[in-house]
Amino acid sequence: MIALRFIIVGGDFDRAGTASSETKKILKQLNIDPKVVKRTVVALYEGEVNIAAHAFRGVVNISVSDHQIQAILEDEGPGIDDISRAMLEGFSTASPKVREMGFGAGMGLPNMKKNADELLVESIPGEGTTVKMIFEF
Amino acid sequence: MITGQFHHAIQINEAKCVGCIHCMQVCPTEAIRIRKGKAMIIKERCIDCGQCMRACPAKAFYIKQNDLKMLQDYKYRIALFPAVMIGQFPDIIAEEQIYQAMMGLGFTHLMEVEQPIKILIDLTREYLHENLVAKPCISAFCPAVVRLIQIKYPSLVDNIIPVKAPHELAAHFILQTLMNQGVKKEEIGIFYITPCAAKIAAVKSPVGDQPSLVDGVISMSDFYNKVRQAIQKEENSDTLYQRQHLTREGILWSTSRGESSRFGNRAIAIDGIHSVVKFLDRLENDEVKGFDFLEMRACDQSCAGGILLTGNRFTTTERLEQRSKNYPSWQEKELSPGLNKKDLTQCLLIDEVKPHNVFRLDDDISKAMEKLSKAQKIICFLPGIDCGACGAPNCQALAEDMVQGSAKMSDCVFLQQRWQNEGKIGAEKAFINLEKRWGEGRFNVDCNKRGRRNEGF
Repeated sequence: MIALRFIIVGGDFDRAGTASSETKKILKQLNIDPKVVKRTVVALYEGEVNIAAHAFRGVVNISVSDHQIQAILEDEGPGIDDISRAMLEGFSTASPKVREMGFGAGMGLPNMKKNADELLVESIPGEGTTVKMIFEF
Repeated sequence: MITGQFHHAIQINEAKCVGCIHCMQVCPTEAIRIRKGKAMIIKERCIDCGQCMRACPAKAFYIKQNDLKMLQDYKYRIALFPAVMIGQFPDIIAEEQIYQAMMGLGFTHLMEVEQPIKILIDLTREYLHENLVAKPCISAFCPAVVRLIQIKYPSLVDNIIPVKAPHELAAHFILQTLMNQGVKKEEIGIFYITPCAAKIAAVKSPVGDQPSLVDGVISMSDFYNKVRQAIQKEENSDTLYQRQHLTREGILWSTSRGESSRFGNRAIAIDGIHSVVKFLDRLENDEVKGFDFLEMRACDQSCAGGILLTGNRFTTTERLEQRSKNYPSWQEKELSPGLNKKDLTQCLLIDEVKPHNVFRLDDDISKAMEKLSKAQKIICFLPGIDCGACGAPNCQALAEDMVQGSAKMSDCVFLQQRWQNEGKIGAEKAFINLEKRWGEGRFNVDCNKRGRRNEGF
């Protein structure tokens, strides 16, 4: 099993994308199906941007086994009040500042759901959010 | 997933190679290693972009090409060349003089590659209109970029527009024109004057399954010298009929924005292989959205910056811009009667572009994981300064080479120093290890080494 860990700082859009890019390199070295690689990095990138846009800080833990990729994104932040609404396309609580930067179109979680085989979102408002994704191959 | 072998145009002359690390450090696919003091190319990783050739201070890289003597084998001899060939000449030499000088080298027909560009524009527009799945569509114009995507971005192969490069269209176009006049196919020899190494590779092993229509490839830098010598002062013949299909857009096609300015509502043009790599990385993450068309070329200033061009890339581009003003737009041009547009279009299509992941550590995933874990542990011992003194481009690459069995811990000079300090290895042994990597006599005093004659900046 391969384990990777990345730290994400809230508000740092410049570095959001590091976890997905590094993970991508490793998945290619493991000769994982390009379509699975693509789904994983797309969902992971959305997750990274979500942490950068909403939370104070976060940790991404990736583990790769011989049949699946598991990604757990844990953040300390405002949390999500209504997860089912957050899962709707176009629903966004991003600040105008974040939207000006081209993020916060309300496609983050829906896009993660679309690309992952399993998605589990847990959140405590005022404390933080944990997103768990599984990609099978 | 791996099918066939890529042909490679770039070669190393070992006698000239001085065993520095310039080529290794600029290679976008980490395809170069230094072994026994000489550079070597890992064939399956090389995309023939020519960065190594550009960076080499010893001019040790060369390209395999065909001899002009081959012309004698054919009754009809066609020189196929991109418009940048004309662009690189100084202004004082007129277009007509260049054409005359080229004819004087033994060709019966001259064909600027971009003459039938209308067919390519129509076909691409149709494709962009119909393909709503893999957006943005990526142009297949630059063979180095196509190979880069095949080996490094396998998930993006479906974004590549499955259309052959313009030189194949031009070759088919001239073949059809001549055969309509009753000429037999075997009497026609088509020679492509290439601005880069990647186009040679594309002729010798094209993407898709059909062989190229080009019979021989000639380096533009050699050809330029020959043409320059053959330039006559007077303009005594009229070769204008040879470029009757040439258009404004055709002339600018191989310069930056030549394609992107024609296609899609939102199109981007990227030139320079390292910029292309960065962009593709972002594209694969879905970080860039909403674009219809991407023009990507390996060379800075696109083909005007081709590795085999003699002229300066900026003046070449400017001359082409000026020249294009004298020609009509593609929309005003009609195909010659008798040419079969459907047939020409059909010949341009490729079945599929196949991915070819060369960065895998092993075909078997559990073995690949073992190797990856091992490499991650090795990294802890390496200095992380990417000096290249081990013969690999960086510490990460060295660790990967080690798990693949093509490098050893003792290749790292820092590790060796540490082992000596810890008394684990003798100075003599350490010295021999380095000589193995860099060649015997590498540590001798030698006043002819690079840098001696102020060859730095």
